[in-house]
Amino acid sequence: MSSTDSSPLYAAREPIFPRRVNGSFRTFKWVIMAVTLGIYYLTPWIRWDRGPELPDQAVLVDLAGRRFFFFWIEIWPHEFYFVAGLLIMAGLGLFLFTSALGRVWCGYTCPQTVWTDLFILTERWIEGDRNARVRLWKQKWDARKWRLRISKWIVWLLIGLATGGAWVFYFTDAPTLAVDLVTLNAHPVAYTTMAILTFTTVLFGGFAREQVCIYMCPWPRIQAAMMDEDTITIAYREWRGEPRGKGKRRRELAEQAEAVSYAAGAKHGGTSPKVPMPGMPSGVGGPIPAKEGYGDCIDCNACVNVCPMGIDIRDGQQMACITCGLCIDACNDVMDKIGKPRGLIGYMALTDELREREGQEPKPVIKHILRPRTILYTTLWSLVGIGLVVALFMRSDIDVTVAPVRNPLYVTLSDGSIRNAYDVRLLNKHGEERPFRVSVTGDPAVRIQVEGTPYETVTVPADETRLQRVYVIAPPGSDPAQGGLTDIRFWVEDLINGDRAYKDSTFSGVGQ
Amino acid sequence: MSAEEKKDETTGVGTTGHEWDGIEEWNNPLPRWWVYTFYATVIWGIIYTILFPAWPMVTRATAGMLGFSTRGQVMADIAAFEDKHAGLREELAVADLNTLNENPDLQNFAVQMGSSVFRNNCSQCHGSGAAGVQASGYPNLLDDDWLWGGTIDDIAYTVTNGVRNEQSPDTHWSEMPAFGADEILSGEEIAQVVQYVRQISGQEHDAELASAGAVLFADQCSSCHMEDGTGDPALGAPDLTDAIWLYGGDVATLTETVTYARFGVMPAWSEEFRKGAGLSQTEINAVAAYVHQLGGGE
Repeated sequence: MSSTDSSPLYAAREPIFPRRVNGSFRTFKWVIMAVTLGIYYLTPWIRWDRGPELPDQAVLVDLAGRRFFFFWIEIWPHEFYFVAGLLIMAGLGLFLFTSALGRVWCGYTCPQTVWTDLFILTERWIEGDRNARVRLWKQKWDARKWRLRISKWIVWLLIGLATGGAWVFYFTDAPTLAVDLVTLNAHPVAYTTMAILTFTTVLFGGFAREQVCIYMCPWPRIQAAMMDEDTITIAYREWRGEPRGKGKRRRELAEQAEAVSYAAGAKHGGTSPKVPMPGMPSGVGGPIPAKEGYGDCIDCNACVNVCPMGIDIRDGQQMACITCGLCIDACNDVMDKIGKPRGLIGYMALTDELREREGQEPKPVIKHILRPRTILYTTLWSLVGIGLVVALFMRSDIDVTVAPVRNPLYVTLSDGSIRNAYDVRLLNKHGEERPFRVSVTGDPAVRIQVEGTPYETVTVPADETRLQRVYVIAPPGSDPAQGGLTDIRFWVEDLINGDRAYKDSTFSGVGQ
Repeated sequence: MSAEEKKDETTGVGTTGHEWDGIEEWNNPLPRWWVYTFYATVIWGIIYTILFPAWPMVTRATAGMLGFSTRGQVMADIAAFEDKHAGLREELAVADLNTLNENPDLQNFAVQMGSSVFRNNCSQCHGSGAAGVQASGYPNLLDDDWLWGGTIDDIAYTVTNGVRNEQSPDTHWSEMPAFGADEILSGEEIAQVVQYVRQISGQEHDAELASAGAVLFADQCSSCHMEDGTGDPALGAPDLTDAIWLYGGDVATLTETVTYARFGVMPAWSEEFRKGAGLSQTEINAVAAYVHQLGGGE
């Protein structure tokens, strides 16, 4: 094991100072950041009128009341399968997007990416762009450095506080809680949650950043397994860029290469030794066509300098690449300046890089995306989605569950009647109390009696479940009384709008 | 393993030299913060075991400096619960049970509490479902037939004073003669009375014996069970005409009942009579409210 002796067991994080970049992907990311952060921070403040008995917050997770409100939808605990269904859809959606477009989730919409982007933005505002930040990092801790660092940390803390603050607003009435938080009247849980989330936001967005993606997040591993040769992802056109070089030497070599190429081209048909494509199995890569002198890559490191993960895309596919697209913007900018075509770095399927090497046309994008795998994911995703939507519209605003009381199975009354008891739960999802009439069908002989009242109507409070003991009585000598089990059906009718719901149960006679 | 350091060709990352079917183990260094996090968890673990119960000792685990225990937490929760309901408990102790249903909060509290009191104290005889045990003469509390009355006040009185229980001066007391054992009636006469009781309760019977039994019944039984056999809750005399039997309505059981009589007993549950093991007035009212709403309350 002598080989391990020379390797360090652990290493310090290499600081990364992403440079500012402009371009279509950067603009796209700004838009996504504005939309996602906007949704996150503003959603708790949207109001939605549900009547006087229910909260008027559009999106509210009411843990104490065990309700989830989402605009016109209200989810009760027993309907948690909606959440499970949404999670399944989220999983399948991630599979679909990853197999088609690589790690787009990581690059554009993952909260870690969005918040890190925001933290890098504020860092740049306060400390300057890449070069200024590198200088600041290297210099001694003087008054200016302290001032910049402390103001940056304060801004980060405020962002973290807003993040944690917005989170707790999802769990209780936001305007009330906002006042309570300021006047120090809020529940300790709110402050604790905010403190924890403030801390983790600053830690992950400000300090840990790419470490979260590389070392803490399981998704890079899983997503790597989702990608295949047709997945469109960010890659470097090695055949076009290599061999890279810059400056005076580039010009000198270009002149030499012209002469060499002239000779080689006459002899071998203009090919260079076979070079493996990084990230693809060895032997897959075709030979890089010989070219006169250097490739298009001028080795300016613009793609490396803008990378928030601190990697070099020219090394090929790698786990740390979140495919944020900023290297594309940076490289296109450089290509424009040196008068070369754009797209030295760009979105492509890795097999297309090989095709281009051979001088073939790349496969059309639509053929990459439409393949059995993505079609299967889309189908599954849609089926779950349709199922959920159908379930959402099928469910009624009232419901009933019936649990027969089995201890004892039946009671003999003084007139010889046989009585069964049932625990009936009446669900009223309306925002006001409703009168429900309970009835039973299945055998004409049986009648119903509601505990504690001579009537068959009970009032169920708004947005609640009422547990009601209900008796079903079969007269002496009747079939249900003498027989074994008789199938019966409980009906509940909302007397306001006539909605009905039922639940099947059985009546136990003495004959079993 | 070779002495020189191996490197992965494509990435230049060192490998440990371990290789399985061409898959090599890379030797990337761990991030330093990861190592520090590990140290931090070790320190956290040490502090935690000092502050909280942790290390198993001979008789019990170390208590921890903070004095925390899950049992203590439960006791605190119970105390908080009791505090929260202290008002309702006091209210229930002096409540007029007949108007309990006008106060849904109090009634709900009483029924919930009564359910627990019932399971702890009454279910041993009456069963957890309150259906009683006919073979032993423990009455079914779910039906609409009551030996000593089924209003909520009646139930509370019975619970307080018991049945045939000398600890309470106000206990329910009735004494049916042992007609056979004390030789008041002959075996033949008992058979006649039994057939008459089966007649008035609507069961199969021998009409001839029953008509003779009717005379004996009017003589011997009607003073308590009433002339029509419907009984009297004030005397604890059961209704003999209905479909409900405390011990059973078949010939053998009825014959045994008439011959030897039955003397079911029930404890007087009031604290006054059962020092240290009785029920408080709150608990008596609660269990009365619970039993009253089981389906037979009058």
